Amino acid sequence: MSKACRHLVRWACVAFTSGLMVSAAAQDDHAVREIQRYRQMLQEANPAELSELRGEDLWRSLRGRNHVSLERCDLGLGPGRLEGAYSRLPRYFADTGKVQDAESRLVTCMMTIQGMTLEEATRDWHSPNSDMEALVTYVAGLSKGYAIDVPLSHPEEARMVAAGEELFFRRSGPLDFGCSSCHSMPGRRIRLQELPNFLDSGSARGAMTQWPAYRVSQGAVWTMERRLIDCIRQMRWPQPEYLSDVVIALEMYLQRQANGGVMQAPGMKR
Amino acid sequence: MRVILRVLGCLAAPSLACAGLACADDDVIQRSELMLRRSFSSATPEQWSTRLGQDSTQALCSQYRNRPQQQVGAQIAADARSSMRYPESGQLLGDWRQGARLASIGAGGQIGTIEPDRPDTPRGGNCYACHALAATEVAAGTLGPSLTHYGRRQGTSSESVRSVYQRIYNAQAFTPCSVMPRFGHNGWLTPNEIADIVAYLLDPASPVNK
Repeated sequence: MSKACRHLVRWACVAFTSGLMVSAAAQDDHAVREIQRYRQMLQEANPAELSELRGEDLWRSLRGRNHVSLERCDLGLGPGRLEGAYSRLPRYFADTGKVQDAESRLVTCMMTIQGMTLEEATRDWHSPNSDMEALVTYVAGLSKGYAIDVPLSHPEEARMVAAGEELFFRRSGPLDFGCSSCHSMPGRRIRLQELPNFLDSGSARGAMTQWPAYRVSQGAVWTMERRLIDCIRQMRWPQPEYLSDVVIALEMYLQRQANGGVMQAPGMKR
Repeated sequence: MRVILRVLGCLAAPSLACAGLACADDDVIQRSELMLRRSFSSATPEQWSTRLGQDSTQALCSQYRNRPQQQVGAQIAADARSSMRYPESGQLLGDWRQGARLASIGAGGQIGTIEPDRPDTPRGGNCYACHALAATEVAAGTLGPSLTHYGRRQGTSSESVRSVYQRIYNAQAFTPCSVMPRFGHNGWLTPNEIADIVAYLLDPASPVNK
């Protein structure tokens, strides 16, 4: 915990001084470069480390009706094997007969191993400091240094990626938006925010290797599902169900586009 | 309803036209549309018809990955041309000050339980999200072309005014499957609001042309 506190103080100092630099620089063409520098400085003391520590605690705690930990949870590489597991998700799980991502798989473990209800397992999932945020950050952190390797060995995995690609290009709603509206051209921005181009593997890797990420504007770590569900809100679509196939299919397509990228999550975003 | 029609339409007319082109396979479309049904299970019928269902332009642009074949593109452009409606006053060059306000508004119309807009949140064109306009606003996006000094280039002839109005009302009349929202056609902005944005772009007094 002393390590965590030290980081928090360091982060607060960096955020303050860099904030001053950014507001001064925003007046000129160097704004984008300054924001990149700010991000890099913050990266050295990422508040997501607090979530990782809390996630590790949750992973080991005896919880749920069965009063057991998650240490036997299988995220794809065998019970309790977490190193590199996130980098190879989403994937097909024979016991559920479904393609699952880190979040839906953790929920499966919480329900089947710990005896939680779906409601208990997903409580406050989109709130800052939720258990889900902490668990996913912890699990993803244990893939740091592993290359993204989304499997396509099971037919369901291939179908999921194909559906994700179709959904990526699907346009609807009062603004005719789809993911492709903003994320299929190189080097573009919304306002000053640079946009990943998911049709380019380099750009896709740059984005996907950073998630889950601490979002400075939100003061919280966001999981990939949280990020995608918010994009969908901004597209003016209705809200998809948490853990639903549309979200997992999109996530899997994006992760597949980023195959080979070396995981660095938890990252730091605007 | 339109979603179901899209699935049936695809089954009835296998897309031989897609052979060799970047475009979606019918099986995949059908599967992803069914997936959509299940994943948006709490969406209301009204939201299905206005936010998730597709009109023919949206369905075609999705299917052709925003790069429609020439014939398909021509049909989309023809549909867009016939969609144009104008202010009752006939005045297509409105008030640039109102246009300036509309160009900056990016909120409105977001729903769901997590971070919805209030139903009475004013909507705008959010032009700066994608375009540079007034040179003094540095936080301008680059998804669309820069429109700084656009009026200096275009002038305010009636042809110019009409063409800019039409581009905002339904850009697909000019560029089939453009990523620019069909602001007028979709009812996101009123004809009068579009006329105000036209003025923001073309009026010599507007900051866009300073």
